[in-house]
Amino acid sequence: MPAVSKGDGMRGLAVFISDIRNCKSKEAEIKRINKELANIRSKFKGDKALDGYSKKKYVCKLLFIFLLGHDIDFGHMEAVNLLSSNKYTEKQIGYLFISVLVNSNSDLIRLINNAIKNDLASRNPTFMNLALHCIANVGSREMAEAFASDIPNILVAGDTMDSVKQSAALCLLRLNRTSPDLVPMGEWTARVVHLLNDQHLGVVTAATSLITTLAQKNPDDFKTAIVLAVARLSRIVTSASIDLQDYTYYFVAAPWLSVKLFRLLQCYPPPEDGALRSRLTECLETVLNKAQEPPKSKKVQHSNAKNAVLFEAISLIIHHDSEPTLLVRACNQLGQFLQHRETNLRYLALESMCTLASSEFSHEAVKTHMETVINALKTERDVSVRQRAVDLLYAMCDRSNAKQIVAEMLSYLETADYSIREEIVLKVAILAEKYAVDYTWYVDTILNLIRIAGDYVSEEVWYRVIQIVINRDDVQGYAAKTVFEALQAPACHENLVKVGGYILGEFGNLIAGDPRSSPLVQFNLLHSKFHLCSVPTRALLLSAYIKFINLFPEVKATIQDVLRSDSQLRNSDVELQQRAVEYLRLSCIASTDILATVLEEMPPFPERESSILAKLKKKKGQSALPDIDDSRRNVNGSTEHSEITDTTNKSSPSLLKDLLATNRPRPSSFSPIMHFARTMDSTPSFTDMLSLSSAPTAGASLLVDVFSDSSTLTSVDVSEEHFPRFVCKNNGVIYENQLLQIGLKSEYRQNLGRMYIFYGNKTSTQLLSFTTSVTTNDVLKTQLNVHAKAVDTIVEGGAQVQQILNIECLSDFKDAPVLGIQFRYGGTLQNIAVKLPVMLNKFFQTTEMTSQEFFQRWKQLGAPQQEVQKIFKANHPMDTDVTKAKILGFGVALLDGVDPNPANFVGAGVIHTKNTQVGCLLRLEPNTQAQMYRLTLRTSREPVSQRLCELLSDQF
Amino acid sequence: MIKAILIFNNHGKPRLSKFYEHYTEDTEQQIIRETFHLVSKRDENVCNFLEGGMLIGGSDYKLIYRHYATLYFVFCVDSSESELGILDLIQVFVETLDKCFENVCELDLIFHVDKVHNILAEMVMGGMVLETNMNEIITQVDAQNKMEKAETFIFQSTRQDR
Repeated sequence: MPAVSKGDGMRGLAVFISDIRNCKSKEAEIKRINKELANIRSKFKGDKALDGYSKKKYVCKLLFIFLLGHDIDFGHMEAVNLLSSNKYTEKQIGYLFISVLVNSNSDLIRLINNAIKNDLASRNPTFMNLALHCIANVGSREMAEAFASDIPNILVAGDTMDSVKQSAALCLLRLNRTSPDLVPMGEWTARVVHLLNDQHLGVVTAATSLITTLAQKNPDDFKTAIVLAVARLSRIVTSASIDLQDYTYYFVAAPWLSVKLFRLLQCYPPPEDGALRSRLTECLETVLNKAQEPPKSKKVQHSNAKNAVLFEAISLIIHHDSEPTLLVRACNQLGQFLQHRETNLRYLALESMCTLASSEFSHEAVKTHMETVINALKTERDVSVRQRAVDLLYAMCDRSNAKQIVAEMLSYLETADYSIREEIVLKVAILAEKYAVDYTWYVDTILNLIRIAGDYVSEEVWYRVIQIVINRDDVQGYAAKTVFEALQAPACHENLVKVGGYILGEFGNLIAGDPRSSPLVQFNLLHSKFHLCSVPTRALLLSAYIKFINLFPEVKATIQDVLRSDSQLRNSDVELQQRAVEYLRLSCIASTDILATVLEEMPPFPERESSILAKLKKKKGQSALPDIDDSRRNVNGSTEHSEITDTTNKSSPSLLKDLLATNRPRPSSFSPIMHFARTMDSTPSFTDMLSLSSAPTAGASLLVDVFSDSSTLTSVDVSEEHFPRFVCKNNGVIYENQLLQIGLKSEYRQNLGRMYIFYGNKTSTQLLSFTTSVTTNDVLKTQLNVHAKAVDTIVEGGAQVQQILNIECLSDFKDAPVLGIQFRYGGTLQNIAVKLPVMLNKFFQTTEMTSQEFFQRWKQLGAPQQEVQKIFKANHPMDTDVTKAKILGFGVALLDGVDPNPANFVGAGVIHTKNTQVGCLLRLEPNTQAQMYRLTLRTSREPVSQRLCELLSDQF
Repeated sequence: MIKAILIFNNHGKPRLSKFYEHYTEDTEQQIIRETFHLVSKRDENVCNFLEGGMLIGGSDYKLIYRHYATLYFVFCVDSSESELGILDLIQVFVETLDKCFENVCELDLIFHVDKVHNILAEMVMGGMVLETNMNEIITQVDAQNKMEKAETFIFQSTRQDR
């Protein structure tokens, strides 16, 4: 008999669903849904008590509506009421609604918890299971607080039913994941381990999952599980006679449990006890043997189940990495799968082999399959499989096969799926560098990369090739010749122009002897690309030209002509214009000696971890790079992922940080001549790369700048939207987008201020590499000291972090500091720049004075330049109280009874700076008829009057 | 851990969605769309695994799916799950549905949302596999149906609804 007969569905529900399905348009569907929602709402609100059947029907309708993607904002209370029903149907539908629709932050949690508590205590296994499911599915902290201590008791109690034990084990596992601090360890842990001996295989499976998770955090507490797990496995795997009843799946004995047990054993090193170890080895050998036996069924389910166990056994062998014979057998088995007709098996074999390649025992064995893998790269129809093949080739690469593998990857790149091109480019670049015996091959490879997939060659890659060429004199001549030849192509990628420009600018002299690449030919070649390039590339080329002037005096006149042309000297791009002007000037006035010093060849870069590697790690996460950081697949899934990988990744964070740094402090050891370069570095990466310094001390920091992210503050729009709102107030939200909210609280006293910045993460995921910086321009630097305290580099989902700024006003100022924020969200780098509302008027102290005093001072400040007056139209309703509040907020004392006209406002205050104090008097005359204001300010310093007037006049 | 279980038809209409991690309704719908987009463009006879979409966590997660006639069954899992094991689990799920509904079809999933959820709850709990033995699952579902019948029998015949 089928468990659900077709006739007993709810007719009202069926009619509703049919209506929806018959809707011809989205509008009609929404209309029908709204009608139904109104209907249900009125039923829920109505006086008549609904019977369980109706409640169930309505809840089902709501679930259906929710599934279609519509918000459900009511019905929660009704669902909670259903929980306390003693009818199974009602209780069950209530729990269903809650596990689908109630999120962990709901206010109803307390009511729900109450119902759960009752059901857990009911001793009715069905009700207990419903309650445990609900806890596991919602998994909120409040629930963990309420139940984390009860569930272990249910789990290990002698009289608990098997099905409840199963649920309790997984429920505890879930709570341990969401709120590990709330799950108490205790005497129950020992008894949980003994569940591995339980009669009921379902209980054993659930317990194994739980123990695996717990053992990863506290391996020592669960060591005893090893013996029991091996014994259990051995019984399942080796003794064919045991009847596992229903847990035999398509002729495979308890495949799921075997998989779980193998996973559990991957939490530990190989057993030390000899007998235990040989028993486990026997298990593993049996699994490997069975793979060679003819299948007991032709069904795909049979082979799936069998191979699921086999792959887990192989994972364990790789994890132990101690038995050479097993490793080689595993490798051979995977080799067979590489040619299997099932795509799934080929995929998994490639994936497993990737981890195997990092084992010293099996690395050579893996290499024997290279041809097959290369073939897979060429012939697989499925891009996921091809991607695994790329990973494996990368993992098995060493000095002996690097040339072949790189060549194959390059040829694959020509046709590769767009989604994986960038990754392949990075991998090729890394392998080429890592295994280069002669660097001519390396240079060729990278230039090929740019030729084949120029758009996917990130800055890191071409920075790196330049770095290497500069550091190795044996390859410089070859590099110059090769880029020169590559540039001959009528259409070449802009990245090639960049590399070419840089290299010829540094080493063009090495090939200038050949008349075919004489200085003039080189210059003309580069310049023929100039007009097709973007601004940064042009800037780089201009720097190459000035280097040419030093290298080849014979082309000086030609280049000066180019620099002098209107298209350079009057270029609308300020950076290009500035370079042209300054380079031209430099070439005219500097003597040959000075030119030679300023434009000397770049000093070698200090060696450090390849930035490309860091980029690949960033892109792929750790697990994708088995041969480099040797990280194992994490048995426990992603929640622990970061913890484990952090330890394998000790070397890279600093570099990553460098890569992400927005505006690093410039080195203080600038030689005087560097000052020149410094004035033109509005695009730091390019100027610094070709910086004109020869000071070796600058080397390290130059590298940093070369790799600093190109999207520095200069390229981000500075948000000033809310800036004016802070003139008359100190607290509020200064910036908000869909990811981040930035709030401010500030307080000022005399010439000192403190600002609290609150960064609120509006998403549910972490913001990573969160860095902030406060920048002041060169003028402002001398007027305002801003010191920012450090801020956490990670902002948790939904959380808020605080940063404190200490501000000191040295003298009066006009500009405002800019707060730069950079972080990663979902893999992309976010840049935000916000103008911080630190204005001159913040340093006001109020001054009370009488009418007489006021007018006396007013007269003293009578010089024309001391007064600033502005007449402007009212932008807001002219409300006296609001105006008063604004003037007070501006920071001055409001003086009553001073002005003969009571409608006018008069204020006085003193601006405190470290160096001086500036008294300020102001008068605001509203004209309600004309809807105009006249604002008059008098201070002893003209810029102060100007600035205050600008600030205040915008407020009304 | 299983992060989400999604069933949608060949046109991307969701037929069941169960998330074991909290997302906003909006994100859930986006994940369903993204997953449909990733899975539906794949040929038949390619492998059943692929890397997860951006919304679900990218390459740390795998989508493991099967395509039956008009329906896609997609499990989104992390690296702690065996890929082939999950494929088996999908098969068990479908076979169980088939037994419970007698030749299950898309309409059964639509008209018996609650039942499908209940069957799934017998197999997966809080993102972990609870039971893989089909007979055990069906026994539980049958027991529930009996209780349900006993409670609702009285109302069945006289009901007038809309």
